[in-house]
Amino acid sequence: MASTVVHWLLDALFILTLLLLAWRALASTDLFTAIVVFIGFGLMMALVWLRLRAPDIALAEAAIGAGLTGALLLNAYAKQKRTPGEAPSASTKPESGREHVIQFVFLVVGVMLLIPLGWAILSLPLSGEGLRSNVEQHISLSGVSNPVTAVLLNFRGYDTLLEIAVLLLAMLAIWVVSAHETPSTRIQPVEFSALWGLSATLTPILILTAGYVLWIGSNRPGGAFQAGALLGGAAVMLILSGYTFTMKPFWLRLIVALALLVFIATGAALTANGAFLQYPTEWAGTLILVIETAATVSIGAILVLLFLGRRPDDLPANKKTDLVHSDKDIP
Amino acid sequence: MTSISLYLLTGIVLFVLGAVYLAIHPKLMGKIMAVNIAGSGVFLVFIAAANRVSNEMPDPVPHAMVLTGIVVAVSATAVALAFVSKIATNNESDRSADNGQQH
Repeated sequence: MASTVVHWLLDALFILTLLLLAWRALASTDLFTAIVVFIGFGLMMALVWLRLRAPDIALAEAAIGAGLTGALLLNAYAKQKRTPGEAPSASTKPESGREHVIQFVFLVVGVMLLIPLGWAILSLPLSGEGLRSNVEQHISLSGVSNPVTAVLLNFRGYDTLLEIAVLLLAMLAIWVVSAHETPSTRIQPVEFSALWGLSATLTPILILTAGYVLWIGSNRPGGAFQAGALLGGAAVMLILSGYTFTMKPFWLRLIVALALLVFIATGAALTANGAFLQYPTEWAGTLILVIETAATVSIGAILVLLFLGRRPDDLPANKKTDLVHSDKDIP
Repeated sequence: MTSISLYLLTGIVLFVLGAVYLAIHPKLMGKIMAVNIAGSGVFLVFIAAANRVSNEMPDPVPHAMVLTGIVVAVSATAVALAFVSKIATNNESDRSADNGQQH
């Protein structure tokens, strides 16, 4: 009985903290405070995933949802601050009466949305089989024993293939959008010797942990995305400590595209045997490991490039694309 | 009312909170955070619902979908933030162009 009470208290505490952090992240007028609270929200979310028995998601949320998204937001905040004359708080003008009316209208709309959605969700049956028994019946054919990895890399392999394509596309989109960024808004290394020592110590540990998380993903929580996020995190820390990665354009392109290439090549090679991405049972475990290893490397590299927020210097832009953007030079 | 229902409702509240602030937040970066929080609400509904199936092990299919969702969300956030920086730079160059004409 006592454990039930503890569970209820824990749930209440988790939910209240989650809602409070979400509200403070959105209602706070200072952008920096909002970002820091938002990172706290992501970490709280990771705890909630653990409570809801989703350790795979907890790992991904802590590394990507809270960690990388937070780094991206802080980076964008710092960039705006460095842009001359454009303080991030520049848009705070005194609120007029009209804005208060608009805010009130949207609050009413929000409450009106809350009622039917809440009713709909509570009217769902509280028990059911879902797809769990399907997964359990076929997991012996998937080549792995972690059901989440089986779904991600085998049963719903298309999702993961397209997800990697989305990551690659996002990175390319950023290269195009930030084509005219001036050096003044770039990421500045932090002059802080404790960070140098920390990154020297943590980098090998993070690489080792990434390898472990990748390997263990076949039968326990973990996998390519969590491992890639760890690699990416290590690289982001190195960049902030002033380390510069230099790489030949060919290798850079190969690394970011590796996961997609390996995934598509594997899928295409298997079409002779059956259908696209239909692994033969005896090879499934090996093929999943190969794809996941390629995915870890590519995801790590792409996440770093997302953080960098621009085309790397090692990859000079095509001269022709510069002509398209030259309209800004016209007075 | 079980704790799963509580988490389902929390997901709905987070979604609505994010949706409202997407509309009323004065800053673009605030709007991006609002979309992320609304997305977290959707994920929470998925994972809470995955726990309905049994007392031993939750349904792994929503787990895999949310894992994909988190990665897609961070990709979209990164692109949106690149747009915000671009808008800030454009505003700045517009302003300096205006100043140049006045003097």
